[in-house]
Amino acid sequence: MAKQVVITGIGILSSIGKNLPETIESLLASRSGIGTLKHLNSPHQDEFPFAEVPYSNQDLLDIARLTDPSNYSRNTLLGMIAAGEAFQHARLDRLPRLKTGLISATTVGGMDRCELYFNDFLTNNSKNQYIDVYDCADSTERIANILNIRDYLTTISTACSSAANAILLGARMIRRGRLDRVVAGGTEALTSFHVNGFSALKILDKMPCRPFDANRNGITLGEGAAYLILESEEAAREGDREIFAELAGYGNACEAYHQTASTPDGKGALLAMERALNVSGLDPSAIDYINAHGTGTDNNDIAEGLAIERLFGEKIPFVSSTKPFTGHMTSAAGSAEAILSILCLTHRMILPNLNLKTPMPELHFTPVTELRKNTDVSLVMSNSFGFGGNNTSLIFRKSTD
Amino acid sequence: MEELIEKLKREVIEQLNLEDIAPEDIDADSPLFGEGLGLDSIDALELIVLLEKNYGLKIEDPKDGKKIFHSIRTMADYITEHQKP
Amino acid sequence: MAAYINGIGLISPQHTTDPALFLPDVMEYTADFLQVINPNYKEYIHPLAARRMSKLIKMGITSAKIAMADAGCQMPDAIITGTGLGSVEDTEKILTSMNAGEQLMNPTPFIQSTYNTISSQIAITLQCHNYNTTYVHRSFSFESALQDALLQCEEKVIKTALVGGIDEMTDNHLLITRRAGHWKMQPVNNLKLLSYQTPGALAGEGSAFFLLRDRHSPGDYGVLRDVKTFFRPKNLRITEQEISTFLSVNNLTVSQLDAVILGYNGDILFDTVYDQLGSGIFSNQQQIWYKHLCGEYYTSTGFAVWLAANILKHQYIPAAVKFNNQPVNPLRQILLYNQYRNTNHSLILISR
Repeated sequence: MAKQVVITGIGILSSIGKNLPETIESLLASRSGIGTLKHLNSPHQDEFPFAEVPYSNQDLLDIARLTDPSNYSRNTLLGMIAAGEAFQHARLDRLPRLKTGLISATTVGGMDRCELYFNDFLTNNSKNQYIDVYDCADSTERIANILNIRDYLTTISTACSSAANAILLGARMIRRGRLDRVVAGGTEALTSFHVNGFSALKILDKMPCRPFDANRNGITLGEGAAYLILESEEAAREGDREIFAELAGYGNACEAYHQTASTPDGKGALLAMERALNVSGLDPSAIDYINAHGTGTDNNDIAEGLAIERLFGEKIPFVSSTKPFTGHMTSAAGSAEAILSILCLTHRMILPNLNLKTPMPELHFTPVTELRKNTDVSLVMSNSFGFGGNNTSLIFRKSTD
Repeated sequence: MEELIEKLKREVIEQLNLEDIAPEDIDADSPLFGEGLGLDSIDALELIVLLEKNYGLKIEDPKDGKKIFHSIRTMADYITEHQKP
Repeated sequence: MAAYINGIGLISPQHTTDPALFLPDVMEYTADFLQVINPNYKEYIHPLAARRMSKLIKMGITSAKIAMADAGCQMPDAIITGTGLGSVEDTEKILTSMNAGEQLMNPTPFIQSTYNTISSQIAITLQCHNYNTTYVHRSFSFESALQDALLQCEEKVIKTALVGGIDEMTDNHLLITRRAGHWKMQPVNNLKLLSYQTPGALAGEGSAFFLLRDRHSPGDYGVLRDVKTFFRPKNLRITEQEISTFLSVNNLTVSQLDAVILGYNGDILFDTVYDQLGSGIFSNQQQIWYKHLCGEYYTSTGFAVWLAANILKHQYIPAAVKFNNQPVNPLRQILLYNQYRNTNHSLILISR
């Protein structure tokens, strides 16, 4: 019998807040984090808007209360802060240790240091301390060190669905009794490497992103980190703590169509959502709200929209993409949006799809455009789709505690 | 024009790494995408980079690429029309 | 919960691409790092599909296809890949052009530099819409992929999984990571790797894919019984405890192991861990090593699983991989123990 998986802690750091309380405040005020790039030096600075975390690396060191400036990448700093907040939020620092794992997601890893020092790496020894921070595992191992996690750690990279797959794996390991607790999520710092890459793919919008708008013209890149504490129901009972939600279902599917594009009818999106419903044992009609992947690209929004229509038929739940708030946090998007979805459960609200002016003529439904308060939400679905067609959907249920 | 067409064929083969295709295999008027050479949207983006790097021509909207990159000849036409003498 | 190894595809610095052959000869190199022997990729990948693929992607798809054919499997229920570094070649292309002040980026290397591109391009090749994920955690990458597959077998959601470990080395990456002390500073002879007694390992590369099934079927190499990773043990005692706990969970003791495969890579700073275990808890076991044949890389345990699977299938240990000489009975239980710089440790148990 598979164990029930619940969420007991949340940590999030993005362009709309350096912690959970600030994030909630921004959400309730419908305040977007999209603006001008200040901390990353990029030739695209004036060309595109970005949802940058409004702190320098020195500020982040202070927030993380790290006294040794050492050789942290921005990616690691973001991850340490958000994972640390989640850990404390669940009060795990005060409980006896059960089998605890860390499953973290990132794709750019320590590229922010590597791209600065690549020339030094090739020609001299002056920046050798940054060589080993370049890969994806560095941030994970440093987070594990500060949280003293030894039982299990790994890093996942499936592009923009990475953090959703980290949550999926954490849930599966708890259900089968491999671990009692998992810190699961992702971290991603803006780098010139992927800003240039997305620019080369011609999918960055010159305006703040407009998911599901007829005139949408691409992504707004964001950055940040977001982690959840997943626990088995038994583990969560320890220490008189709050349970924020239950992870009711998850589904992973591969589009197997093209390296960057979705099938026009959203086959991969449909499969991921169907599989998540299957695991949860729920009917589509039970879902109250879908936090869509909704990147704002031509291709994603039509494919995802059509897949939602096919799966939900006449009874389409509330839908919104929250990327106009946080920008596309790429590898951290899955866990950041899982958290925003859970906040809809705990705060009885539906988050708006900001920047939507003209609904897409191809779709029969229109996402929610204004914050809806005092709305009972019991079940939410969070979609995360990545390049390579790596698609994942998660379903969260309101806690009955 | 024919000179430009031959040059473009070589450049396209190099940029898209079409190892097994020789310039003479490409018909200047056949479609590059779909059933022609079988190129796709990523190749189109590579061709945008090619036009900018080799000819200084900037294509802002990838949707415009459809017409320009229909065939080698349409590419040559576009370059001749837009390149400053 | 166990899974049966039913097909293998391995591209390595040795002649390993033909599943019918088990190390017919041993390749000797004197080199800065061991490079794979490239098969003729055109036999496996359509030229139009190959036009954007760098070496790593070609290695991955080809070894995956060899494993699928070896197992007679058309469509796996999951594709799970481990890679420590992904496509180093594509990442360097971008960094080199950025370094040169180039403003315009080609989209292809960017797409190929994402770590999940191997798993997803295998899925595109096979038209496989099933579970697909990629682990990118240093020397845990391949182990995490195996663990995921075993968990899915236990969840009874899959019958087959295509699981791989893949990494490559380039001249630039060697130059850079040499500065951080990972590798030997001079070319070395791979077959005399342990004679140098210097810090740094001999670098290598490779791609190993395995078709795992949830039940026995004809042509099985052996059974993948369990996989465990552990992180930064405080001392050797903890490592020994992890090993004995792992074995006892699987109803085994050290004395029941017919062979132990150790991850010696020539780095005297860290090979001491193997020396201590070899003269300690494993002193009566047949010890085997392999990184002199494939080099050190984050997913080199893929080579070790290939080696263990073939030893079980052929009931024979090639002389080139014997670290000591113990009287060997029928080979039934093989333990793989690997650690990289005493940080990422892993245990893999494979049985007949």
